Amino acid sequence: MSSEMESDVVSEPSEPPIRVRSLRKSFGDQTVLNGIDLEVARGETLAVLGRSGTGKSVLLKLLIGLHEPNSGSIRIHGQEITGLPLDQLNEIRKKIGFSFQYSALYDSLTVEENVAFPLKRHTEMSAAERKERVRELLSSVGMEHDLEKLPAEISGGMQKRVGLARALALEPDILLFDEPTAGLDPITAAEIGQLIGELKKKRETTSIVVTHDVHGTQAVSDRFALMRDGNILIEGTFEDLQKSRDNFVAQFLNNGS
Amino acid sequence: MKITLIIFVFAMAFSGAWIDPSRRLNSHVRVAKALVVEFFEWFGDWGVFCRRLARAALAPPYEGREFIHQFDELGSKSLPLVALAGAATGVVLCLQMHDSLIRFGAKSLLPAVIVFSIIRETGPIITGIIVSGRVGAGIGAELGAMKVTEQIDAMEASAVNPYKFLAATRVAACVVMLPLLTLAADFCGIIMGWLANTLMEPISLRLFIENGFKTVTFNDFLPPTLKTMVFGLIIGLVACYQGMRARGGTEGVERAATTSVVLSSLFIILADVLLVRLILVFFP
Repeated sequence: MSSEMESDVVSEPSEPPIRVRSLRKSFGDQTVLNGIDLEVARGETLAVLGRSGTGKSVLLKLLIGLHEPNSGSIRIHGQEITGLPLDQLNEIRKKIGFSFQYSALYDSLTVEENVAFPLKRHTEMSAAERKERVRELLSSVGMEHDLEKLPAEISGGMQKRVGLARALALEPDILLFDEPTAGLDPITAAEIGQLIGELKKKRETTSIVVTHDVHGTQAVSDRFALMRDGNILIEGTFEDLQKSRDNFVAQFLNNGS
Repeated sequence: MKITLIIFVFAMAFSGAWIDPSRRLNSHVRVAKALVVEFFEWFGDWGVFCRRLARAALAPPYEGREFIHQFDELGSKSLPLVALAGAATGVVLCLQMHDSLIRFGAKSLLPAVIVFSIIRETGPIITGIIVSGRVGAGIGAELGAMKVTEQIDAMEASAVNPYKFLAATRVAACVVMLPLLTLAADFCGIIMGWLANTLMEPISLRLFIENGFKTVTFNDFLPPTLKTMVFGLIIGLVACYQGMRARGGTEGVERAATTSVVLSSLFIILADVLLVRLILVFFP
């Protein structure tokens, strides 16, 4: 078992941090993903675009093991995560930061406690070290002055920032953003976009950004994948998308917020 | 007028109000079948949930700090209610039994009747029902809200097992807390039983306690008190399960809270029937 396992775990030197093959997911009779193939190279940011209900968020949740696929393969840093035991899956999850669409902050914990939560659970830091690290993380997203507030006491944009700080707490090398700018005013949305860009420069993380906001993510994304009916319709740079003659692509780019 | 008539005819047709009796019977059979399937599905899913929870709870490291937090949280919120319910039960028992025992010429047995009835059955079952209402609804609503706002997903994404951190700690807190709350209910019930008795016919607390506990053995006290651990287990498992499977926003949270209370109260009463029988067999 062990040799088989080891051969599965060891990453090929050229293998990208995220590799998805023939991924299928359905809920009851409804097929959400219908054989997705995807690769994201080290340090690259991929923006996944598409209309609501095309399975973009489901794709992200599959990548972190929150859903089980019906079939297909998901390899993170060369390790197959489908069917992985929970303790091994949790080791992989520690290397992935997930920023949720509605922030998903723990509503009974303060801003500081929210960011400290993963540190408390997975590091040996002393209380003082943890406090220092939380301040550092919150300051990197411009939220160092609201430590004692509860999530309900801060705005949606601020919640997104705190969610981002929490996602960065364990210094992940992969970041998954689910609609990071949805529901925010244009200025706050631009600030969040800028923040993602800064993170990319500073940490060289591999990222997937699921969004409707084509133009907002244009500056921070290296590649784009446009989803339709559970498949990737087109994948490439923004210029590749612009050159496409497909009506849906043109319509999406023209109407994208 | 014609349009109204057409709308009425269509509405009747779609409502099935004039379908023939055999079709109506078929639809009743279909509904009954769906209910039976749903019933078994619920138990099947609950079984899977319990198995997953047991595996998470038994594997180290243990969540000692969170367990103490939950124990404090659930216990401190339930204690006043349980004490009040226990006290009211003591008064009611005294008032009801006083006249009945006089009628049978057994007035001197009143302290024993109150003590026996409270420690053997009334105290444990009242505690179970009150806690299922207070704590069951609380856990169902809290975990339900966490589920629909993706907080449980966020916990999983942070490599923290919610079955261990959220569910196992709450279930364990319920199991340990119930016998202690039962003691509080028993104590308040007996004291208030004495107070009600002494207001009608003065009797010293010492004499009341002496008469009440004269024939009480450990078999009368310990098994009924410890059976409430099963009630705690039921409350914790049902409420955590209902909360963690909540779907559909505010309505889903409300449904999780309501069904937690209804199902845990029902299961407590059913379990009590079985436990009372077992206690009578094993601790005669």
